[in-house]
Amino acid sequence: MARIEFDDVAHSYLRNPQKETDYAIKTIRNVWDDGGAYALLGPSGCGKTTLLNIISGLLTPTKGRVLYNGIDVTALPPEKRNIAQVFQFPVLYDTMTVYENLAFPLQNRRMGKIEIDQRVHEVAEILDLTAFLKHKAAGLAADAKQKISLGRGLVRSDVAAILFDEPLTVIDPHLKWHLRRKLKEIHEQLKLTLIYVTHDQMEALTFAEKVVIMYEGEIVQTGTPEELFENPEHKFVGFFIGSPGMNFLRCRLDGNVVYVDGERIKLEAKTADAAQKALGALELGIRPKYLEVSSTPVENGLAAIVKNIEDLGSYKIVTILFNDKTLYARLPEDIPAAKGKAWVVFPPQKIKLYSDGRLLK
Amino acid sequence: MNKWENNRAWLLTIPVLIIVAFSAIIPLMTVVNYSVQDIFGPGQRIFVGTEMFRSVLHDYRLRDALWRQFLFSGLVLLIEMPLGVLIALAMPKKGWSVSLALVVLALPLLIPWNTIGTIWMIFTRPDIGLFGATINNVLGIPFDHTASPIDAWITLMLMEVWHWTPLVALLAYAGLRAIPDVYYQAAKIDGASPWATFRYIQLPKMRGVLTIALLLRFMDSFLIYAEPFVLTGGGPGNSTTFLSIYLVKLAVGQFDLGTAAAFSLIYFLIVEVLCFLFYQALQNVGKGANP
Amino acid sequence: MKKGRKKLIGLAIYFFLLLLPIYWMLNMSLRTNADILSVLTLYPANPTFENYLKIFTDSSWYSGYINSIIYVTINTLISLMVALPAAYAFSRYHFVGDKQVFFWLLTNRMAPAAVFLLPFFQLYSTIGLLDTHIAVALAHCLFNVPLAVWILEGFMSGIPREIDETAFIDGYSLPRFFITIFIPLIRAGVGVTAFFCFMFSWVELLFARTLTVTNAKPIAAVMTRTISATGLDWGLMAAAGMLTLVPGALVIWFVRNHLAKGFALGRV
Repeated sequence: MARIEFDDVAHSYLRNPQKETDYAIKTIRNVWDDGGAYALLGPSGCGKTTLLNIISGLLTPTKGRVLYNGIDVTALPPEKRNIAQVFQFPVLYDTMTVYENLAFPLQNRRMGKIEIDQRVHEVAEILDLTAFLKHKAAGLAADAKQKISLGRGLVRSDVAAILFDEPLTVIDPHLKWHLRRKLKEIHEQLKLTLIYVTHDQMEALTFAEKVVIMYEGEIVQTGTPEELFENPEHKFVGFFIGSPGMNFLRCRLDGNVVYVDGERIKLEAKTADAAQKALGALELGIRPKYLEVSSTPVENGLAAIVKNIEDLGSYKIVTILFNDKTLYARLPEDIPAAKGKAWVVFPPQKIKLYSDGRLLK
Repeated sequence: MNKWENNRAWLLTIPVLIIVAFSAIIPLMTVVNYSVQDIFGPGQRIFVGTEMFRSVLHDYRLRDALWRQFLFSGLVLLIEMPLGVLIALAMPKKGWSVSLALVVLALPLLIPWNTIGTIWMIFTRPDIGLFGATINNVLGIPFDHTASPIDAWITLMLMEVWHWTPLVALLAYAGLRAIPDVYYQAAKIDGASPWATFRYIQLPKMRGVLTIALLLRFMDSFLIYAEPFVLTGGGPGNSTTFLSIYLVKLAVGQFDLGTAAAFSLIYFLIVEVLCFLFYQALQNVGKGANP
Repeated sequence: MKKGRKKLIGLAIYFFLLLLPIYWMLNMSLRTNADILSVLTLYPANPTFENYLKIFTDSSWYSGYINSIIYVTINTLISLMVALPAAYAFSRYHFVGDKQVFFWLLTNRMAPAAVFLLPFFQLYSTIGLLDTHIAVALAHCLFNVPLAVWILEGFMSGIPREIDETAFIDGYSLPRFFITIFIPLIRAGVGVTAFFCFMFSWVELLFARTLTVTNAKPIAAVMTRTISATGLDWGLMAAAGMLTLVPGALVIWFVRNHLAKGFALGRV
């Protein structure tokens, strides 16, 4: 069990990185608390797997230090770090039985026979694999195989953290939920540090206590699912989390109001204050959930046109044309909406302002 | 994979069947025809039934050649398989050196078989060959593959290993390259030693290609002709007379067509049976490799 | 790092030993026969191209190369043309006796060439094809066609059947689909197959020598002339041997990138 710390870690796959774009991981400083369940979320190619491999020691970072409980492990190989990793595809020793697979990491560490036997049975019990112990690992279903990969990590009592690299990719949808719940159970039972890489936001939000969002080699925000939704600190987070993503509009600040193509939108005082010093181009962001749409004129309502309505059962997604720009609103079932002329309201307390992609606060 | 049920697919195989029938069935019928006759010359032949087969089966030279053949094939496999795997393990994995190494490795496979014999004949001669001269003159050990059966065998084995180990190595290399990186990463995390990685990851994953290499090497060494023919001509004495060499000696050298034909059929039968057993083994391996 | 170096040294030694006999032949080929017989040297002191010149100027020598290249090319073409449809049939359809036929084809790859030697000679003299390129090319089909079917079937099975189905729904006829869509998809496989057909036809001697007299005599057989004519001309023989390496080396250089792929499929 360990608290994992990144001290200005950067990594490039090139031998002589020059520019910032040469780096797959751009200078990251971050702490994963002991016993936390983290999801590492981001689009393909954002550096999630690279980051994971730096934690486990499969990669040595170009710059910076990796600390486990305050001890520098940057130079240590994976087997010395007591890390377990579950990969996208099940990795098994085909010729061995399930039992031998689970015992393998312990045998490599020259543990006694009796102790191995005890540990293997304990872990098999946790993972519901006891019935399969005598079977050849190669013949099992994908979910059982992934459980064995996980078991090879759990079997080591001193394991510092378990890393998952999109482990549910090959699992049938109806078993995914089951396996995810198993992971949560194990987390609660063993209080291990778990880091779970995925590009599926549903998976990340249901699994983790804290979600770490990565974008182009950087960590752009770490927070609970609620924080990510309510307070996206980066334009990318607003865009990536939630469906549909946050609406963004270019705007100009003037005192306590912003102008979007001449339309006047009021802000809260603290939002406006934070934006006074901003240098870059300003953008207004608002979640579709917080946009109010009405088919009759209302106070502070700005004229717009409803182009399309998608009814998704428990809510509606409304596509709005506002000054030639497309906005999405998410309305509850009981609020009526019709195509044609409409009025939108931007509630001041829900408006965020961004400069150069970053939240102003 | 599920396949379509369609007997008209036969039509697509017709060109192959015609070609192979022309090259295999008609000649084989001729062989059968010879095997039951005694031929003295053009137009002079009498039907002798199974007599040829009986004489062949009682021919001690044939039996000797058969044992020699098995011994040769066995030794070849014992040396070439482990050596090929070792080379594959040592091969570079990326960069410009891969292409170069592959080309050098494959070179002996692209040399006409009698040129192989020529290369080694030149190389091992005591008077003008580097190898022969070094052994004889520098090390002072008398070595002459044209005089001593043991030396002839050593030379043949060296040549065979030199010629065909690259095939095993190439196949093993392809097998190794097909193992995804995550297996090595998992092994690292599990703290596996290099030997354990080889034993539990690389070897099982190479099982398919190694079986194929084994079959090919066994079959081709069992049919060997051109290289020993050029190098030793089957001698000294009969010490390197393998089945094919003996067969050609009978048929072309002594024009003993009846015996040669009967011999051919028995030889063919042995190969066919071995082939079938191996084919079955191969099918099973195929099933095991892709669950 | 230390382990890596040990591997590298081992490999370097192996490659050295691999190239040594070839180097020795090269060494011989650059010397005159008298020189070869008088002293043993590690490199030619007075390199001469006399042996090569003789081969390039004497038509009985160089026609050997041309003959070999002609029948090898014909064989590769025939093998591919007949094997492509058959391999498609084996990879896509179930039909009565398919497994048996496939196995029977493979046994021909394993058949001892010596068994077929005499019957081939008789067969081709009867139909008047003796001493022609086509005779050798056809004879080599005995082992190359089964091999081609086997390799191609492996590549074709790797292409999902949905592609065929989609094309047929789109109204493609089988021949048109096969030529315009399917063959381009298995281009690498066709290349690998051609390579192996070329290789096995090029290295084979027994049939090639038996079925030819003068007009289609392969270089490998011409080489034996050095033994019979004027005693043994080692230098000439070595030069001829060196020249037989060239086409193979060229071919392997061109297909080196496809080669690993073909091997990876476990066919060959």
